[in-house]
Amino acid sequence: MKTIEDLKKLREKVQAQTDLRHATGTQIIVGMGTCGIAAGAREVMSALLDEIAKRKLQNVFVRQTGCIGLCEKEVLVDVVRPGEPRISYGNVTPKDVPVMIAEHVVNGRIIEALVVGKFTE
Amino acid sequence: MHILDLLQNSIEAGATRIVLRIEENPAQDRFAIFIEDNGCGMDADMLKKVLDPFVTTKKTRHVGLGLSLIQMSTSRCDGYLQIDSTPLVGTAVKVVYRYHHLDRPPLGQISSTVRLMIIANPELDFHYIHRVNDRIFSIATRELITRLGDISLCHPEVIGWITEWITDGITRLYGGACNEND
Repeated sequence: MKTIEDLKKLREKVQAQTDLRHATGTQIIVGMGTCGIAAGAREVMSALLDEIAKRKLQNVFVRQTGCIGLCEKEVLVDVVRPGEPRISYGNVTPKDVPVMIAEHVVNGRIIEALVVGKFTE
Repeated sequence: MHILDLLQNSIEAGATRIVLRIEENPAQDRFAIFIEDNGCGMDADMLKKVLDPFVTTKKTRHVGLGLSLIQMSTSRCDGYLQIDSTPLVGTAVKVVYRYHHLDRPPLGQISSTVRLMIIANPELDFHYIHRVNDRIFSIATRELITRLGDISLCHPEVIGWITEWITDGITRLYGGACNEND
């Protein structure tokens, strides 16, 4: 059984493993307004977290945001790799998540078929 | 689903601290959900309007259909929805159902909601307290961060730990079953 004290051990272990410190990481942002939630944003978010844990990806950060006014294209997921344009994917389902992580987050290849917008910040 | 919707309302109201409390008491036939935030709050005028599905003000707060849907589901189950709010101080939402009412919506995948609230909102101080009869499970972002130091909540090992911690904790509330329906 897990105890809260495990976290201290986990912290020491992770600190020992992390010798490369990146100032920035890849951000994945999921739209979670009423529209996103209704379209299945929670399941997409869960799939993202599971995939990050499974593939042991460090420096990937998942965030949630509200409705951005493209409700009909929910679930919306944005991927921002450091120094690259922000890519918005629309109509994302949990089964798209492993592909998105493998192609875009890990290998930097944008999945054009799912893109609904690109922004340079 | 309603819970995640309410939590998103709190976040969009600029809350930095949210307490989600769930109290299940089958013996007293009561199922209650409390959400308290320190967001921007609402004035009395706005409070009257939020329950009307046809009055949607998207100016300061994106509350539309969400609250009216909750009110509908509580009144169908001999329960009620109560909202108290003070501008600049915060909002407290109370959702009460009769536990044994046939139409009461199940709690659903609450562990998945709690997990994403914590991991996807690292700057938010989220506190979850879940009571089933006399058993309690609680988890708080602040407590996790104190123990993790500069390790990210989104680190793969941390995600794994948090997932298991929440699932185990909630499972134990129900005496071993994954959720109330098992």
